[in-house]
Amino acid sequence: MTRRFDLWATLTDPLIRQNPVTLQILGICSALAVTTSVATALTMAVSLTVVLTLSAGVISVIRRHIPDTIRLIVQIVIIASLVIVIDQVLQAYFIEISRALSVFVGLITTNCLVLGRTEAYARYHPPHHAMVDAFGNGLGYSLILIVIGALRELLGKGTLLGQPVLPLAEAGGWFTPLSLMLQPPAAFFLLGLAVWAIRSVRSEQAEPPQSAELVRKEPGE
Amino acid sequence: MDNPERNPLRRLMALPNESRAKTLLVAFAVSAVCAAFVSGATVLLRPIQAANRAAEEQARIAALVRGVPGMADLLEQSGGALSSVVIDLARGRAASGVTPESLPAALADAANWSAIEPAEDLAGLGQRPNYAQVFLLREDDRISLALLPVSGLGYNGRIDAIVALRGDMNTVAGIAVTRHAETPGLGARIEEPAWQASWPGTLIRDGEGTVRFAVARGSASGVHEVDGITGATRTGNAVTRMVRFWMGPGGYGPFIAAVQRGEF
Repeated sequence: MTRRFDLWATLTDPLIRQNPVTLQILGICSALAVTTSVATALTMAVSLTVVLTLSAGVISVIRRHIPDTIRLIVQIVIIASLVIVIDQVLQAYFIEISRALSVFVGLITTNCLVLGRTEAYARYHPPHHAMVDAFGNGLGYSLILIVIGALRELLGKGTLLGQPVLPLAEAGGWFTPLSLMLQPPAAFFLLGLAVWAIRSVRSEQAEPPQSAELVRKEPGE
Repeated sequence: MDNPERNPLRRLMALPNESRAKTLLVAFAVSAVCAAFVSGATVLLRPIQAANRAAEEQARIAALVRGVPGMADLLEQSGGALSSVVIDLARGRAASGVTPESLPAALADAANWSAIEPAEDLAGLGQRPNYAQVFLLREDDRISLALLPVSGLGYNGRIDAIVALRGDMNTVAGIAVTRHAETPGLGARIEEPAWQASWPGTLIRDGEGTVRFAVARGSASGVHEVDGITGATRTGNAVTRMVRFWMGPGGYGPFIAAVQRGEF
């Protein structure tokens, strides 16, 4: 019973409480770049979650046999292979979205979130734990991406998943699209607001002021 | 006798992780498995990707023709189809014995490719096929639009495009970029309609027949230039060289001359 409870916590913790994007500020680069519409954000979220979960599983299976000296390169080779395959699948079956995501699928390889989870968790835990943890983190990343993507598409184009939601001024409605929302800075603003909102509600996430020595040494992106 | 066969592997796996043999074994094993995985996926998915690319190229050709003013009507009159001809590039005539259907097979044969002299190799291709498939739109026996596929080495890889020429074979009617690997946000803007909008009306050659076309640095100045893209000078130069090569004597030059003489 306690075991199942653990798994549940491992899965749901990264959604808000330990969210990789808003708490650990990992994977920002892609989170900002692909959130101009829900469709691209969704595809990126699914791709990253799949890569993250599979790579955590594979690395966890061979975790006892990875020599420490070459562990990073082994992890990156496994992650990069999965990323290439995902990219090829997208190019074959979702050519339009693949074009919209351009290089950012390839850049999942260098996403700190993936390497961070395999390095910090999958190397020390059995496969099913590692995969649940990775899936949870993927969901946390997806949640932020989709929320920001939805807000940017709604405010920037008045649509959601390409379907008109707000009546546009040029079509006789009242809504004038905010083109700023489609520009990269808007993603920063929205992400900043999200971090602020989450840390206001969950004040334990807020970092104490002037805590340079306490700042966690995370790989930055 | 199968113990000595199976044991070495077991013994290797049981080695401490830090030993040199184990490190090499793991490195090789991981690379081999990953390589097989990636190659397998690429080979399996390539036919679907090729079909996607072909469909997209068709769509771009259709969009290119529709985008040229007056061409949509003409296309309707001609039954909604462009005529497709395989030409012999060096002789500037329709190729004998090669049809659009048999072209892929012909191009798979190395004998149908010619090396390009380094001094003439503006597009950075190294070699070009002897045959090319062009698309023509006719109006009362005269060619009113010719779509010429071109390719060249861009900043990050090959650029494939289709240049549409008016019936005088000197005025650009439009361009469609069918494949490129330029930097997103900079060179990749060559596929945006906003940039391509500066192409129609540009002249390829001057009165003496010298190819003068160029992608400007900054805004176009003169009838032979199209606008440049800020931050993508190398891509712009690549496009300039690509168009100059293909419109010159090493590319479609003989064909263009033949059309202008009225031989098509």
